[in-house]
Amino acid sequence: MMKLLMMSLALTSMCSAMPPSATDVFAIDEPGDAGFALRVTFTVPDLAATKEVRIERAATKAELAKDANMPWIVVATVDANAGIEGVLVADLPKDESNDGANANQTEAIAFRVATVGIDGEQAAFVESAAVIAKMNPFIMKRLGLAVSVVVTCASVITWILLARAGRPVKLRRIAALDAVDEAIGRATEMGRSVLFVPGIQDMNDIQTVAGITVLGRVARTAAEYDATLVVPTSRSIVMSSARETVQAAHFAAGRPETYKEGNINYITDEQFGYVAYVTGQMVREKPAACFYMGAFYAESLLLAENGNAIGAIQIAGTAEPSQLPFFVAACDYTLIGEEFFAASAYLSGERDQLGSLKGQDLAKAITAVVIIMGCLLATFAAFAPEGIAARASDSFQSFLGG
Amino acid sequence: MLKRTIPILILATSGAILVVAYFSPFTTNWSEVVLMWFNILAAVAYVLGAGNLLAVNLEKVSSRRAGWAYALITLVAFASMLTFGLFKIGGVPSEAHPDVPYAGDYESTQSAFGWVYEYMLSPLTATMFALLAFYVASAAFRAFRAKNLESILLLGTAFIILLAQTAAGMFLTGWIPADSVFAFLRFDSLRIAITEYIQTAGMRAITIGIAIGIAATSLRLILGVDRSYLSKQ
Repeated sequence: MMKLLMMSLALTSMCSAMPPSATDVFAIDEPGDAGFALRVTFTVPDLAATKEVRIERAATKAELAKDANMPWIVVATVDANAGIEGVLVADLPKDESNDGANANQTEAIAFRVATVGIDGEQAAFVESAAVIAKMNPFIMKRLGLAVSVVVTCASVITWILLARAGRPVKLRRIAALDAVDEAIGRATEMGRSVLFVPGIQDMNDIQTVAGITVLGRVARTAAEYDATLVVPTSRSIVMSSARETVQAAHFAAGRPETYKEGNINYITDEQFGYVAYVTGQMVREKPAACFYMGAFYAESLLLAENGNAIGAIQIAGTAEPSQLPFFVAACDYTLIGEEFFAASAYLSGERDQLGSLKGQDLAKAITAVVIIMGCLLATFAAFAPEGIAARASDSFQSFLGG
Repeated sequence: MLKRTIPILILATSGAILVVAYFSPFTTNWSEVVLMWFNILAAVAYVLGAGNLLAVNLEKVSSRRAGWAYALITLVAFASMLTFGLFKIGGVPSEAHPDVPYAGDYESTQSAFGWVYEYMLSPLTATMFALLAFYVASAAFRAFRAKNLESILLLGTAFIILLAQTAAGMFLTGWIPADSVFAFLRFDSLRIAITEYIQTAGMRAITIGIAIGIAATSLRLILGVDRSYLSKQ
């Protein structure tokens, strides 16, 4: 009897050490993703006896050619509950077996899954069928963003066409841009220079592009007033673009002979080295007007405070939200975010460009409506978490947020 | 004509590819090519920038203009760093290739390049950055003067946030029980209310405006509506 009891206890302890193997192991191509990802789903029969689950994938032909002793590669060790939603295995290697013909997909890859008990004992692996992960033509998670882009572009294009057709375009005055002429005029009267800082980023930053377009207008006014415009840059391409823009402005003003290439220089890519040069020049040359238009970081306040100390009229514009308070505190006028991007169009006075600003406003109004809808849905969902409003709110959020 | 049309075509094509590549993985390779071309252009332009730096400073030294000594220091520093970097002076060979003196890491502080960067340039940039503390103080002093209603609101908000970040904030209002109806008057609660609701709302409004502004500006450039950056020659 005692012997039977001992055997039964031993059997029970063996059973608790070795959890039952996973079942229903499937690998599925993730729909609507960027490709090269498979989702592995499985069922763990005894969650209480399972500590974790190990997932391995079969090595590809190229990987086997490198190391034939590694037919399986560990991809994840996950919680036992993870099998319900499945485990996403991303960045799988491309199929290189067919001279690039199958570059948009992986080889057929099998997975195997093993449960691990509370005391670390591992059950036998259960293998899935081999599946190919294909690249999808569209990332579905970004559908909401794509719709937003299309709506914004449609609004802008519609208003450009309306403006071309002669529809009147009324815009509110932007004080900072109206002050451009005043600032350059003051510099001319005082016989001092105008300083234009186009930020510290390269031309692949849209803020630098926006800054350079504003520079075109500032340079034209400076050329008309015969004021000296100085543009220190922290990137070589920005220097080339700025030279081209300022030269074009001088041509447009009918004064090509006053263009001085030497006033637009490359200083250094180093953030604080650039600041040291520009602030030093400000203190020595004392420009009467300072423009800061572009992408700025920690140097924003260093520049603006120095400009303030020398008594210059300062106009700043940036889309870096964290730097806006510094410019607001230290400058006379600040173009906040979207105003900065509107500056070029506003200053140009061209119908097409002014129309695009109205399109921008229409896109903003549509965004406001969407936000209000979201707020209402979320509020209703809070009152009835199981109701239709909650489901609608979830769908709305996943559509917009991805 | 070509000087304006070709750049617009390049810009429109590159811009459209980069936008489409964000949504469609099939065009990711194209976007990588566009970005690679930008890097090539940047590398070429860097030579232009370095040439400009040399020309400006050499002219300043040769004409003995005011501050020519600084220009001389710039030239010496430029030449030294270029030499240190190109020839890996003082560099320790890598473990993988101990017989090849140029195989070492040029950024190692044992090399002249890494040493100058670590022990000369970094302290200098840190010094410039540290100046920010004084500039913040002077800007805050001007911004927080109670001249009108907006200034008073700004001053009050700054006062709450500053106190809430310090031990004084807890000392002054920490005695209010956290579960009482007056808990909202604690400085830490006020700070959370200001930063998480008022500030976040304002910041998001600005961010949404920026996003729409970026989309509209990009579209103006891609469609060639805004050509102010192009030469009119």
